[in-house]
Amino acid sequence: MSDTPLLEVREVTKAFGGIIALNRVSFSVGEGEIVGIIGPNGSGKTTVVNCITGFIKTSAGQILFRGQDITGKPPHKIADMGVTRTFQIMRPYYSLPAYKNLVIPLFSPRARRTGGWRGGGRLGDRNTVGIDILEEIGFERDSYVPYKLTSTLPTGYLKRLELARCLALKPELIICDEVFSGLSMSEIASMVPLIEKLQMEGITLIMIEHRLRELFQVANRVMVLNFGEKLVEGTAEEVMADSRVREAYFGSEDIEEVMIHA
Amino acid sequence: MNTAATQRRKERIDRGIKVRSDGLYALMSWRELAYLIAPRALLIVGLLALPLVMPGAYWQRVISIVCIYALLALSFDFLAHYVGLVSLGGAFFVGVGGYLSAIFNTHWGWPVLAAIPAATIAGGFVCTVLLLPCLPLRGVYFAIVTLMYPLFLARVIEALNILGGTDGIMGIDSFPSAWVEEYGVLVLLLVSLFAIRRLVNTDLGLVLRAVKDNDQAVKASAMNITHYKALAVFIASAIGCLAGACIVHIYMWAGISVFALDFSVLPIAATVIGGAGTLVGPVIGCLILVPVSELLRDFGTLRIVFYSLILLGFITFRSEGVMVYGQRKYQQFERWTTI
Repeated sequence: MSDTPLLEVREVTKAFGGIIALNRVSFSVGEGEIVGIIGPNGSGKTTVVNCITGFIKTSAGQILFRGQDITGKPPHKIADMGVTRTFQIMRPYYSLPAYKNLVIPLFSPRARRTGGWRGGGRLGDRNTVGIDILEEIGFERDSYVPYKLTSTLPTGYLKRLELARCLALKPELIICDEVFSGLSMSEIASMVPLIEKLQMEGITLIMIEHRLRELFQVANRVMVLNFGEKLVEGTAEEVMADSRVREAYFGSEDIEEVMIHA
Repeated sequence: MNTAATQRRKERIDRGIKVRSDGLYALMSWRELAYLIAPRALLIVGLLALPLVMPGAYWQRVISIVCIYALLALSFDFLAHYVGLVSLGGAFFVGVGGYLSAIFNTHWGWPVLAAIPAATIAGGFVCTVLLLPCLPLRGVYFAIVTLMYPLFLARVIEALNILGGTDGIMGIDSFPSAWVEEYGVLVLLLVSLFAIRRLVNTDLGLVLRAVKDNDQAVKASAMNITHYKALAVFIASAIGCLAGACIVHIYMWAGISVFALDFSVLPIAATVIGGAGTLVGPVIGCLILVPVSELLRDFGTLRIVFYSLILLGFITFRSEGVMVYGQRKYQQFERWTTI
């Protein structure tokens, strides 16, 4: 790990009118790490993602990517630098077949520059590259699934499609906003190795999750948010041992389950 | 349900020939090839034959006007159903294109065949620049601004008495001959139609459709959506300006009536009748609506009543549009099945 972290969030504050969604949240993510962000509903997890990726403007604070200030830049510029995100509520292009969804990110200036995913140099046919990426992410190439209309696909595939959109940009950082939520246990089980594989390929990930057990399998570090403030940060065991975290999650099934397994 | 009567429903199945002609294999059989080519050939030959079969100069002129409106409807359909920008800007585009072509022709003395392309390109730029401020917004703003500009420009011309004021610009050259006019606009319409049809299926076209589907996801894909919206508006407004440039040379006059709201409203009605999102549909819609409105001239002021009734009938009984209905009949057969 180099001395400048890949992403540094400094005292970021976001207020919606009188409601303070984020209050002086600071953290940093090193290259190649997987950092989990957890917290009860309404604790500001998605707001953090929106602030980092430029979808909403921060009220105060600074966000640095590779030491470069990206605060207040428009979303497409931030994505162009390699900071990509998935959406909690999936945002595929429903009127297109699944593989055509990837033509759009592959058309972007960043994909043209980087060749998209693993390709170097010239991109070639975007449809072919799109199907390659889909295969990588768990769509069976020889089945009819990649060619189906996106609106007919089940949630599991839509979540994968969200990740595929990020991969098409050859990202440096992927911020996953609840990629496990809404999936069955077996679907999650098949997603975990995928996440591990992405880490091995050198992609840094920030994962926002409610599925704590699976998150703790993959995350190097975990940060807990509550009412827009950072409670603690550390390894899974450290975080779960903290009394404030137990209080924030009091009565939640997730934590009971994790406690038993811990 | 415990009724004894068997329930039936209509089943729609793709025709065999439709499925067979989907892929590249269509090239191996004349039947499949004919199946693909026939509708397109019918449209092209039908449109090109229209001026020949029309009785007299009056109806030939009507065909030119049909083409003008069809260009506008095409531009509306493209923007609304492939980019997600609902435009009421037909009058704006026609006005800008018309006045520009008139100025190029009368003030600078350019020949008609140079003034029209110049007005198309320049008009596209002017309209795009004027519409730029509302492009980052979503929803109804674009429609409102496109509706505002023609009213605004017409009043500015009237109040400041520029560009001929209420008299308009007179002495504009007409097309070299009636045949050049007829076939000029017809060919321009066909070229625009097939060009747009091709565009929406290229990768760039997919990006535009994605902007309509989900603009946030396009932003997250590292693309500036305003840039792509501006490109789409340029294409659509250039087509609209082309229509405007043609119409001033047909009438040999450019006045504030080129900003008339008919140019905004009729293309939308034609799109509803023809089938939204089909691109060909709006052209067919204009082929129906414009002659009908000419035929209804005999009824005087009652004309608009009949016109409205026809529209109402279409919307009630064939709201999908002629083209969508036709496509379905051509590609699928129906049968009753018991369930």
